[in-house]
Amino acid sequence: MSDKVKVTIDGITVEVEPGTSILNAARQIGGDIVPPAMCYYSKLEGSGGKCRTCLVKVSKGSEKDPRPMPKLVASCRTGVMDGMEVQNITSPEVIEARKGVVEMLLINHPLDCPVCDQAGECHLQDLSYEHGVADTRYEFDRRTFERIDIGDKIQLHMTRCILCYRCVYVADQITDNRVHGILGRGDASEISTYIEKAIDNDFSGNVIDVCPVGALTDKTFRFKNRVWFTKPVDAHRDCPKCKGKVTLWYKGEEVLRVTGRKDQFGEVEDFICNTCRFDTKNTSDWVIEGPRHISHTSVISSNHYEMTPLPVIKDNPILIEANKIEFDRATKV
Amino acid sequence: MARKLLLENINVPGIHTFDVYRQNGGYRAVEKALKTMTPDAVVEEVKTSGLRGRGGAGFPTGMKWSFLAKPEGRERYLVCNADESEPGTFKDRYLMTHIPHLLIEGMIVASFALGAKTSYIYVRGEMMPQIRILERAIAEAKNAGFLGKNILGSGYDLELYVQPGGGAYICGEETALIESLEGKRGNPRIKPPFPAISGVWACPTVVNNVETIAAVVPIINDGGEEYSKIGNGRSTGTKLISASGNLNKPGVYEIELGLPVEEFIYSEEYCGGIANGKRLKAVVAGGSSVPILPANLILKTINGQPRLMSYESLSDGGFQTGSMLGSGGFIAFDEDQCIVRNTWNFSRFYHHESCGQCSPCREGTGWMEKVLHSLENGHGKMSDIDLLVDVSKKIEGNTICPLGDAAAWPVASAIRHFRDEFEWHVTNPKEVMEHNYGLAKYADPLPKLEEVASQN
Repeated sequence: MSDKVKVTIDGITVEVEPGTSILNAARQIGGDIVPPAMCYYSKLEGSGGKCRTCLVKVSKGSEKDPRPMPKLVASCRTGVMDGMEVQNITSPEVIEARKGVVEMLLINHPLDCPVCDQAGECHLQDLSYEHGVADTRYEFDRRTFERIDIGDKIQLHMTRCILCYRCVYVADQITDNRVHGILGRGDASEISTYIEKAIDNDFSGNVIDVCPVGALTDKTFRFKNRVWFTKPVDAHRDCPKCKGKVTLWYKGEEVLRVTGRKDQFGEVEDFICNTCRFDTKNTSDWVIEGPRHISHTSVISSNHYEMTPLPVIKDNPILIEANKIEFDRATKV
Repeated sequence: MARKLLLENINVPGIHTFDVYRQNGGYRAVEKALKTMTPDAVVEEVKTSGLRGRGGAGFPTGMKWSFLAKPEGRERYLVCNADESEPGTFKDRYLMTHIPHLLIEGMIVASFALGAKTSYIYVRGEMMPQIRILERAIAEAKNAGFLGKNILGSGYDLELYVQPGGGAYICGEETALIESLEGKRGNPRIKPPFPAISGVWACPTVVNNVETIAAVVPIINDGGEEYSKIGNGRSTGTKLISASGNLNKPGVYEIELGLPVEEFIYSEEYCGGIANGKRLKAVVAGGSSVPILPANLILKTINGQPRLMSYESLSDGGFQTGSMLGSGGFIAFDEDQCIVRNTWNFSRFYHHESCGQCSPCREGTGWMEKVLHSLENGHGKMSDIDLLVDVSKKIEGNTICPLGDAAAWPVASAIRHFRDEFEWHVTNPKEVMEHNYGLAKYADPLPKLEEVASQN
């Protein structure tokens, strides 16, 4: 008998280490059955469970105890059991609940994507595109806040925040003293620094990378460009503070911004220091590794540079494949 | 007179002092438990009694105690949840104000049963007088040798602390209470792990309501067998009911579970009927979070049986036609009360008290409050009523802690039973500002159930 446990998600069985969360098991399978996650961040301990977008239905608890779980559970914080059966996109109940959560997340979101720097790489945008409804039923004023400068490099625009707490966990776990956190409660709660004290720490810039929306933005990049006009290139440098593995975002010859390397779930591989992020924006500072692969479903790959542009003719196999994926997505559910 | 267990000596002058309490048979349970019983025997006794949690959920206390993990070399904690803040519930405050030693006595016995060396009473921040009363009572008990090292020569040590909270409703949820007790922001934790495995400072913890812990005292004094004879079916013992609203005699009553609701409202022994000779319109039977019921459904179940004050009978009919005993906050509404306004008021409370951690509750409670506010003031639309039902469904069950459910149920049930009144608010926006909907048909006898034709 192996130590691994078997879990079935939407009919696909996978063997994972005991103690893995359902979400991570689904990520090992990949594809459409991965529940979306707005607050969970695998590199931050204790994150997750808050946004409720990753709700799944456990239709069979385990081999030993086959009872289903009475409520939908947050897949990011629920461990797998041997023989567990999980329904994600095959359960209408889950789809309905997720739709509800997306609606809730959006009622106080300003939807100012046209002027938001995060547009194009925003998880909330993806989420509402895939799971949300086209119109809103909310007819009241949305909550608004003044913009706050957290230090001279980071700007906080609370109006866009979905209170995922990721930046709080970054400050707790990556930097050595946290001076920002949640103030207030309910829908009046806000991320704020303690009496607006600036975060002065070498790793504070990572809050920008973990922010799933455009609430925390890089002041050196604000309004410089849309992300889909920039070209991501992997590079590294010898950094005394961090591993120095980053993605440079080019517009022409100019490096507009530097971020950590984000994987397909939007999580960075390594946290990077502020020197790498804000202060080294010359190509000469970096050793270029090559273009960063961006999923073809992302808007960032719209002006593709990894290969010569595809010939726009109907019998191009790659386009046919892409159209099929698009068709599946449009007709799904 | 029905039998009283908790409030038996409540009218004895000076019962809040140690000496008077002791003269009236106080601390007998501590002597009995510590001198003659083993901790496991105390747990068994509580199990036999069938005592169920008095804080709202009604989970059997004995079971909860036996689930407590007992790893070697780890501290265990008992925490008393005195963060009573549900609108309509005020029994714990009454108990702590007038007979604090009952709680202290219960805490000693329960801590002994669980093997806790340190126990906490987490009191809501607004209850400053009660905090002082409890601290005084603890000092008195300690002075008499019932707390501290080697209690009554049994070798058992216990320290009891009173911890004031910040005054947040959410801190009545057990994991949020634990977070708050640890000095953090009172956000509920994600379960599992349950507090019985990992609670205060990651040690096994039991969190019990004030009344539950107080009820341990008569159980040990009289024996679990005797206690389980009181009450009705699986609802054993007595329960404190905080009666409020348009009643002739509102207040805290100790009832035997299984008392008919009609008797509770109308008999002279209890509430003495509806104030000013008006008629009953609706009742919230267990604190603001339980479904509201119209007069006809609270007095009789859908099958025509008289409804009793017990866990089972009040929830008879599920959420369609039933409610819950909850924490015993009994709020009566007479014919001149507006259900829409009341629902808005409850909703406003939950909006204010949501911790803001998970999105459905954070955003949904505010949304419901705003929609209800516009309905109440005659600015609503017909579609708003269905919207409210839909939003409440999206919140219910999708949140970390039960506050989401608690916010959703009153709204959903008010619309289920009082839809006419909501629609009247939409169709008569002018009248809404002038008078209320009135009793309408909410006290009419229930229609006879249709026979369902059998399938074969």
